[in-house]
Amino acid sequence: MNEDLNMLEQTALNDYKYGFVTDIDTDIIPKGLNEAVVELISKKKNEPEWMLNWRLKAYAHWLKMEEPTWPNVKYPPINYQDIIYYAAPKKKEQLNSLDEVDPELLRTFEKLGISLNEQKRLTGVAVDVVMDSVSIATSFKEQLAEIGVIFCSISEAIQKHPDLVKKYLGSVVPMTDNYFSALNSAVFTDGSFCYIPKGVRCPMELSTYFRINAENSGQFERTLIIAEEESYVSYLEGCTAPMRDENQLHAAVVELVAMKKAEIKYSTVQNWYPGDKDGQGGIYNFVTKRGMCQGDHSKISWTQVETGSAITWKYPSVILKGDHSIGEFYSVAFTNHHQQADTGTKMIHLGKNTRSRIVSKGISAGQSQNSYRGLVRAAKGATNARNYSQCDSLLLGDKCGAHTFPYIEVKNKTAIVEHEATTSKIGEDQLFYCRQRGIDAETAVALIVNGFAKEVMNQLPMEFAIEAQKLLAISMEGSVG
Amino acid sequence: MTNVNYFKDQFEQLQDSAPESTITELRTDGFNTFNKSGLPTLKLEEWKYTNISSLFDKDYQFANAPQQLNADDLDEIRLAGHEAANELVFVNGRFIPALSTIRSAASQLVILPLEEAAKGSHQALVKKHLGQSSVYLKDGIHALNTSFIQDGMFILVPKGQQLEQPVYIYHISDARQQNTLSQPRSLIIVEENAKLQLTETYTTLGTAESFTNEVLEMVVKENAFVEYYKIQHDGLNASQVGSTHIHQVGKSYVHTVVVSLNGGVIRNNLNLVLDAEGNETHLYGLYLLKGNSHVDNHTLVDNKRPNCFSNQLYKGIADDSSTGVFSGRIIVQPDAQKTNAYQSNKNIILSDKATINTKPQLEIFADDVKCSHGCTVGQLDEEALFYLRARGIPKAAAEVLLLEAYAADILAQIKPEALRNHVAELIYEHLSIS
Repeated sequence: MNEDLNMLEQTALNDYKYGFVTDIDTDIIPKGLNEAVVELISKKKNEPEWMLNWRLKAYAHWLKMEEPTWPNVKYPPINYQDIIYYAAPKKKEQLNSLDEVDPELLRTFEKLGISLNEQKRLTGVAVDVVMDSVSIATSFKEQLAEIGVIFCSISEAIQKHPDLVKKYLGSVVPMTDNYFSALNSAVFTDGSFCYIPKGVRCPMELSTYFRINAENSGQFERTLIIAEEESYVSYLEGCTAPMRDENQLHAAVVELVAMKKAEIKYSTVQNWYPGDKDGQGGIYNFVTKRGMCQGDHSKISWTQVETGSAITWKYPSVILKGDHSIGEFYSVAFTNHHQQADTGTKMIHLGKNTRSRIVSKGISAGQSQNSYRGLVRAAKGATNARNYSQCDSLLLGDKCGAHTFPYIEVKNKTAIVEHEATTSKIGEDQLFYCRQRGIDAETAVALIVNGFAKEVMNQLPMEFAIEAQKLLAISMEGSVG
Repeated sequence: MTNVNYFKDQFEQLQDSAPESTITELRTDGFNTFNKSGLPTLKLEEWKYTNISSLFDKDYQFANAPQQLNADDLDEIRLAGHEAANELVFVNGRFIPALSTIRSAASQLVILPLEEAAKGSHQALVKKHLGQSSVYLKDGIHALNTSFIQDGMFILVPKGQQLEQPVYIYHISDARQQNTLSQPRSLIIVEENAKLQLTETYTTLGTAESFTNEVLEMVVKENAFVEYYKIQHDGLNASQVGSTHIHQVGKSYVHTVVVSLNGGVIRNNLNLVLDAEGNETHLYGLYLLKGNSHVDNHTLVDNKRPNCFSNQLYKGIADDSSTGVFSGRIIVQPDAQKTNAYQSNKNIILSDKATINTKPQLEIFADDVKCSHGCTVGQLDEEALFYLRARGIPKAAAEVLLLEAYAADILAQIKPEALRNHVAELIYEHLSIS
């Protein structure tokens, strides 16, 4: 407990501690988007022809689409011609080990608290690091390869495992799915790929760290995780960006496929630069994440802690296709200052005896707007589908907003769906109790918020949970009083 | 939308025949909006689950010929307790004073055709309040009603009048000759310290299709007390969009119950604007759907001032190929601190062809509030069913018993005993027919 409080004090002066810029040689292409740019990206990555065609098809489709306006967020129109679609730290040759990584880069990641070297030795977490548009390093590759786990950047996977990529890329989130997924399909530059063979329980956490560094660039990463029958993997994702006055676009696509009896646990700590306290700058985080419970008895679990980004638009979903499959969604979304978040999940019950659980905790402070938007659908064939959703919102301050938009669609007479939501401010009595015991207001609020979010935090792997708690504390700075 | 030209002709005829007034101005605004928006389609978020525009392929016509009903025709459709009630009759969307019976003294209750009220001593009231619902209901179907405000009704319960006799409004659509479009419009003012009990019900005559597009606006002033009941038990050929917009401008109490048993496609908009400190509002709804019925209940509670309280409970059963939709929206404006708002929607689904779509929403811009919503979709309790069957009650009867019990807490919210028993009988009959 004491540690938590100290931590809060430590960070009292901090606004956003990841806001530095790394001075590193970057290979960038000119601003703008057209067919030539898509071709250039594909060429730079030395991609086979089928991949290029796939991108061009997505681009052609994107041109026909319109940007969605239904989310409960407001932002000036994005000029898609004013974005750099490819920016990569210059590197010499293919790297064989971490020792060969540019020391400047390593320092960057040490500043971020992810020492690649240390990670290697101590924590036993395999990390793939993506800076701007490309994957820089992946640790623990060999050890993982021994048991048949493939963990590499998606670019590498396109080269080395084209069959797998061809089969699954776009199978869960089709390129035509929505505006931002089409854009991503056309211009995605890198991301992580992970394949767990049949019967393997991945012995360590797999992790990707995303970093936007270059100015005016957009980040479009693509992650694909496939868990074969009876396998298990836990995957972590973290992200940061420098502080800049302009808004930067981040439009990622994440696809998960779980076969029979497989389980995927996907955790995110999202900490893109949220903009300053007047709402200047920050990342637009428009992400499509979806998992497919393909086989019977499979399970996909999303856990997210959202504290960053000027605007978040993100609905990690699960399609429960296999009988007896399980989908879970645990979320803490914290918004402060002028941040806007429209986030939630979709649980699509198709198979028999499928179950899903949604726990969403929204905390709004400052002048921020925080929305939960979710869909639970029990299709005709989803006999005995079961869902339970709980969405709680906490309001800190009288200028922020908390909104809940759940959609429930049931077409089955054996389905049971429950949803409940509450919105309130921090209890005066709870606050009084803490103050009476000598805890100052700000610390007391942090304490209560931590308790409010505990149910979700508990779902995170340990190292991540600590990071997430710290983050929450930092984000809450200045939101009391 | 084959009807657009028809509406245009009708609108021009109507406007040409009337001298300029508050009402003709409103109509023009309404028709402009209708022209711009057209009939709502599934693409509109508020109409995502209910398709109205496809209904208009049926070429509904306004019944311009004089109505041909007399008082005897009404006997079958009168609600229980009518002997002591003020009975107001709309035929094809037009208020017919000749068929209406007013039992309260003129000092207690003012009932006038809307056009007359707009000209006489109530001119200011009509000007101020008629059309206020357009601020909240911006779609084309609402505008269509406004474009054709004609032979509407004006009710005023003056200051301090605790009206003993309830007001019953019968909406009759005469679809014996043609597919009929009725667009009733009413404005009701309940003044300070007054009390009003209002019930609306709907009947379609004949076998052709009817479509009722109703707008009822009510203004409730300081310390007034209003009970509002809506009973929908019409034929499957009868579709409806019913918008009830209640504006609580003074600290007051409003209690509403909407019961939907039978009908084609029904959309109910119920808006409560809590525009004074300390308002209290209760919203109850029950929909028991069979066949191809489609009932969509949209409620909106807009908390604009501090210290308001609202409670909502909507319960539904969907059987056969029916569809039940619930969308509840609670808005808490920045000024509305200390708001308490609760909302609950419970559904039972009895058939694999039936659908329930529910969307409870909270939009909260103030921090010192307590708001919650919950919704469930489930089935009859297996164990309760087993308990009854183990005691020799046949399955069908046991199910009716359990469904009746499920509906009972909404039924209990209908306060006048005669009306409650009447609705209970309707529910029992409705559930028993398989």
